[in-house]
Amino acid sequence: MQPEEQTITLDGQKIPFQPGQTIMDAALAAKIYIPHLCYHPEFKPHGSCRLCTVMVNGRYESACTMPAAAGQEILNNTKELNENRRALTQMLFVEGNHICPGCPKTGNCQLQAVAYYVGMLSSHYQHFYPYRDLDPSHPDYVIDFNRCILCELCVRASRDVDKKNIFAISGRGIKAHLIINSPSGKLEDTDFAVGDKAAFVCPVGAILRKRTRYTTPIGERLYDQQSIRIVGDSQQLHAGATKYGRK
Amino acid sequence: MSTIDMTTIHTTVQEITHSYAYQATELVQMLWQVQEKLSYIPTAAIDSFAEILKLPRAYVAGVAGFYSFFHDSPRGQYDIYFSDNIIEHLQGKPQLMDYLLQKLKVEIGKPRADGRVTIDNTACIGMSDQGPAMLVNGYTVTQLTQAKLDKIAELIETQTPLSHWPTEFFQVQDNIQHKHILLGEPLEEGLAIRVMLARGTDATLAEIEKSGLRGCGGAGFKTATKWAFCRNTHADERYVVCNADEGEPGTFKDRVLLQSYADLVFEGMTVCARIIGAHQGFLYLRGEYRYLLQPLEAVLAKRREQGLLGEQILGNPNFSFDIKIHLGAGAYVCGAELALIESLEGKRGVPRNRPPFPVTQGYLNKPTVVNNVETFALAARIAVYGGDGFAALGTKQSKGTKLLSISGDCLRPGIYEFPFGVSVREVLEACGAQDTQAVQISGAAGTCLSAKEFDRKIAFEDVATGGSVMIFNRQRDLLEVVRNFAHFFVHESCGFCTPCRVGTSLLKNLVEKVYTGHGTADDLKDMSHISQILKTASHCGLGQTASNHIADTLKKFPEVYRKRLLVEADFEPAFDLDSALEEARQITGRRDELAYL
Amino acid sequence: MAANKIRVATTSLAGCFGCHMSFLDIDERLLELLEHIEFDRTPLTDIKHCGPCDIGLIEGGVCNAENVHVLKEFRKNCKILIAMGACAFNGGVPALRNHYSLKECLEESYLNGVGVVNPLIPNDPEIPLLLNKVHPIHEIVKIDYFLPGCPPSGDAIWTFLNELLAGQEISLPYQAIHYD
Repeated sequence: MQPEEQTITLDGQKIPFQPGQTIMDAALAAKIYIPHLCYHPEFKPHGSCRLCTVMVNGRYESACTMPAAAGQEILNNTKELNENRRALTQMLFVEGNHICPGCPKTGNCQLQAVAYYVGMLSSHYQHFYPYRDLDPSHPDYVIDFNRCILCELCVRASRDVDKKNIFAISGRGIKAHLIINSPSGKLEDTDFAVGDKAAFVCPVGAILRKRTRYTTPIGERLYDQQSIRIVGDSQQLHAGATKYGRK
Repeated sequence: MSTIDMTTIHTTVQEITHSYAYQATELVQMLWQVQEKLSYIPTAAIDSFAEILKLPRAYVAGVAGFYSFFHDSPRGQYDIYFSDNIIEHLQGKPQLMDYLLQKLKVEIGKPRADGRVTIDNTACIGMSDQGPAMLVNGYTVTQLTQAKLDKIAELIETQTPLSHWPTEFFQVQDNIQHKHILLGEPLEEGLAIRVMLARGTDATLAEIEKSGLRGCGGAGFKTATKWAFCRNTHADERYVVCNADEGEPGTFKDRVLLQSYADLVFEGMTVCARIIGAHQGFLYLRGEYRYLLQPLEAVLAKRREQGLLGEQILGNPNFSFDIKIHLGAGAYVCGAELALIESLEGKRGVPRNRPPFPVTQGYLNKPTVVNNVETFALAARIAVYGGDGFAALGTKQSKGTKLLSISGDCLRPGIYEFPFGVSVREVLEACGAQDTQAVQISGAAGTCLSAKEFDRKIAFEDVATGGSVMIFNRQRDLLEVVRNFAHFFVHESCGFCTPCRVGTSLLKNLVEKVYTGHGTADDLKDMSHISQILKTASHCGLGQTASNHIADTLKKFPEVYRKRLLVEADFEPAFDLDSALEEARQITGRRDELAYL
Repeated sequence: MAANKIRVATTSLAGCFGCHMSFLDIDERLLELLEHIEFDRTPLTDIKHCGPCDIGLIEGGVCNAENVHVLKEFRKNCKILIAMGACAFNGGVPALRNHYSLKECLEESYLNGVGVVNPLIPNDPEIPLLLNKVHPIHEIVKIDYFLPGCPPSGDAIWTFLNELLAGQEISLPYQAIHYD
């Protein structure tokens, strides 16, 4: 006997889900956008950026970690949740050094795209302007720690897919930061390579391929013309490139 | 301290890893060993750990970098931390700390040039009933006075080993002021285990169920339900964990239980182990209670000799259970069970996602019961006396008694055991508090009660608490309290999720802005909004409660903020403009009129 | 000058004047705009101080003491203050110097840099003293509206001003709002 299709209700709309799916999985399958930065469908849910916070049966939960369960009543696209998302985005902007005009990822950056989506017109809070490094040591990649938002996608990709463990987080609280797995702390002293999954998952401009910076003119990039709600995540477009990157 | 050569470091790490059987789960314990030997964890030690344990180097560095008691540069031969809880703050800690800094000519956080001493701050070390207090090389010194600091400075200058310091310096009082069933008659060692074996595990669990016992850490989950969940989860191994990471500012009841009722706690853990079918238990002891480590190890050793731990407990051929002590390393977040388990596995103490819950997938992904020290102690008593007596005490939803750690503005700070349902007013009367302005219940993460609320009751259905009660009289400036807590959460946020990592710092900056007389009504609006975001969007309980003190005081004590606001200005710069010119003035030597703002 | 015209002042603080160039990109519509507005202080009029105005448009972040004085003068005199462009928004490209200490910046520029002759850090009182960091303008004064972009396009500025002058809620198309 075919089991009855299970559904959750998202902003009043009934959508189906498969057992094992999270609310995020089910929403994306139904082409409903829930803002997110640390979520990536190929990795174990992380739940750190908190942008996908939704209200499930009256409780706040992160959609990317919360398993979908039959009958859940979920609020996503509400004024309050979107205002909080705007504030969270502003927090990420003031925490790091995000100077969009000077960043090669501009137009393809998910942080920027989410900020556009939530209507962020100013960073509102006081900027922290932390001193952070730039690591240009690797022949093919540059790491700009100024833009890291601690989503740990590179940590997960390098550990779980590439099996290289090139990235980790050290420090705590506001001093938490990305580190590289070599005694020098430099990327050149690791076996990081073009074609690593970790090279394609960064949602912001923290891990960048050298010499490809301006292949697409500004103004013609992914989020220049259309909202992330419509065109989706930038890393997933890049994911296809791994096929060609590998030998 | 002179630089230690690489070979020595490698040999040291080899010995340490060997003594821990190369178990990566023991990484935090092994890092402690390095730190105790070398005063810090050198880069070379990180490399050696990575090589020997076959772990990524960055993983080891990430773990070492998480805990505030681990250092990557040398500390003084005498490493001192002043407890920076608000209670001790009000007891004169800042003045005493300045006094010692000047006396020893040390800069805060930096080792003196001769490597003799470092002086730093740390979060509450669980001594607010006998503060101000400090840690010296991990050992607790209480009731600090200027005279005591004079003596300490002398001992340091003469390089007197800690073992030759006056023993009375290290005495920690129990200060038990009010006893009830838990702290009353002592229990004969092993009795709870014997009675349980006679009664049977099912019947014992039924008694715990009947007692209505709920977790005493504050969350209040039904103990019997938790144990039954764990027991009923199919698995080849299960674990019992006692959460003694008593980090909530102002609480110290677990310290007293571990100091004077340790057998009762271990007995409760053993009863739990038998019921759920666990063979290994852990006591997660906060690093601040380092001084309890040896005494607790001695109690464990005694119990092994008595046949109450180890193989074949009380001659029972299929009953083996033992307990290891895991020493924390300065991370409040590890008091949350989902972070505690990570830490126990030798990782950074970042709270896991749930589901799954620890009862089905906890330590090493096996079903695990994590309970508070007090819960296990009570469970041992219930195992002996049955659940009825316990259930007869307290209120409808909160049975039995609760230990309160009382400190602050009262005549008799200390430990009070009251049946649930006691009112805040009764508590204040019992401890001799007068002219009370506010009571902070459950620590920095808890609730701030105003005088209007003193008839509320300590119970899960009203004011739920892990047991911290901090009292502030009308002479106190509550913004000092708020400020202390705001700094505390910046220090203790694990940094995993955006709202807590960034929001705690934003709140701290705004509190400072108001405190220094630069705040505006807009700043208060921002504080409210950020508080709301922390509460609704944070990953774990720490973040969800880290703004309670601000939200509570904004609502209940608005005058505390308002009297400091700039009434005329609707806007003030986020930072001090003139100070922002100081660096340029220094570099250029300019002191003309235009060089100031 | 007609008394019922909206009075507008503009300035560039720590910016590159790109936003002003973009303002000029509204081209012949500028004439139409001048039917409704008149300029007070702006690089276009070369008026040095801002008098009472309805609207102030600020390009650039705040990098020195003079920027602070100008910004405060604008706030005092303008009923509505608008942050225009990426530098006003979060410091922009000038804020890239925040990665370094002020000492490092000055030493690199005036002492150790390539091609420096007669190395000397200038200390003339006529040169505005630098703040230790570059800041967005919302950290110094209250801002009423933000129009990001590096620069915002002439069309965006045009639409923005028109809607503002018409007293409408400002609503720009997706493509008009960008941080780069």
